[in-house]
Amino acid sequence: MVKIEVLGSGCANCQRLEALAREAVAKLGVQAEVAHVTDIKEIMARGVMATPGLAVNGKVVSKGRVPSAAELEILIADASEL
Amino acid sequence: MFFWHNTSANDDMVTQPVACVATSAKPGDRIKARRPPLPLWVALAAAALVWVMAYLVLHPIANALTYDLLRLSRDGHLGSAVNFFLYDTPKVLLLLTGIVFLMGIIRTFFSPESTRRLLGGRREGVGNVAAAGLGIVTPFCSCSAVPLFIGFVEAGVPLGVTFSFLVSAPMVNEVAIVLLFGLFGWKTAALYVGLGLAIAIVAGWVIGRLRLERYVEPFVYEIAVGQLDATESLSWSDRTARGIQAERDIVGRVWPFVVAGIAVGAAIHGYVPQDAMASIMGKGAWWSVPAAVLLGVPMYSNAAGILPVIEALIDKGAALGTALAFMMAVVALSFPEMIILRRVLRWQLIAVFIGVVAAGIMLVGFVFNLVF
Repeated sequence: MVKIEVLGSGCANCQRLEALAREAVAKLGVQAEVAHVTDIKEIMARGVMATPGLAVNGKVVSKGRVPSAAELEILIADASEL
Repeated sequence: MFFWHNTSANDDMVTQPVACVATSAKPGDRIKARRPPLPLWVALAAAALVWVMAYLVLHPIANALTYDLLRLSRDGHLGSAVNFFLYDTPKVLLLLTGIVFLMGIIRTFFSPESTRRLLGGRREGVGNVAAAGLGIVTPFCSCSAVPLFIGFVEAGVPLGVTFSFLVSAPMVNEVAIVLLFGLFGWKTAALYVGLGLAIAIVAGWVIGRLRLERYVEPFVYEIAVGQLDATESLSWSDRTARGIQAERDIVGRVWPFVVAGIAVGAAIHGYVPQDAMASIMGKGAWWSVPAAVLLGVPMYSNAAGILPVIEALIDKGAALGTALAFMMAVVALSFPEMIILRRVLRWQLIAVFIGVVAAGIMLVGFVFNLVF
């Protein structure tokens, strides 16, 4: 079970990242849970200063940008193998 | 490693190169290329060559299309408008493509975290100058103004220094610079950058002097910020991929505005009589600068679409200072950003922020109109 969290307060890019992450999960067919963290205190506590942030299994892997679909697939596929 | 990848879904742009590693590698195992691989440089050099050649043939092609293919008169309204459109549209889009890519790569060397570290504990004055300068190269989106603001406060960046960053980052951006360069020439672009930085520095300094910390929402000071490390190690192919992503994000977003703006500009260029704007937007009308700023503040962001129109207005006698003030007000002060900042700032501080920046922009407009 891969835990994917989008860290961002509902900005357009945050929504786009969440949609891309869901697409990647569907395409890979892995067991995953996609959550959207909007609480600014939580976002800051995770060390994200530029939204959207992306955390996979609790580890922040990208900040302030929307990774490409290919990059997301690699990140998620790697996490599901561990 | 570097390969071409066909993107799916709504990516209707060109095929997008993506830098990545083989799927079996772990996330941390990115190949660190000390020296960039040769093929990447070859590809970049070839792209640069194509770019330069395209730029050189723009004018002859626009002329050939307008006057030979469409057989329009060189002196007529329609010919003038069509030629303007056929030359300016590809020129501005080409410039935009080149600069956005370069800025995308330059920005990979900066991050909000490294800027925060550079500015943390720096005193005002020097800090305002550094913040304004870093505002140009640090990746920033007004949508993440809140976490950035909190991060800066937590690192001990003075309030005024933070504002210098928040003014400079949206105002001095590559889209505005490219449009000014493409449509008005390098002197206007340089003046815009210089004056934009000056406003950011002075406005931030003034806000710092006013000691308005009490108008920052108290919860900002209580937030515990996690580990903010920016030790992302990127290879050159990663950086190139980021540049191309910036291309898709920025050029993909603004090109319709650029085309529409130039189309309107072309119509004005061809049809509105010379000096029609002189009486209402010319140097003689002192009130035109504050009016332009008041009009520009509630408008948001589409500098890309608005600038070609301004160019045509100037062509017909509107003063450059007035036009620049309008553009700065549109770009630097945006209603959505104020709504976002309201979550961390009381409205009194937001009002002071808008007031100080608007005053600075007006001053620039007046001085500009007096000097030129």
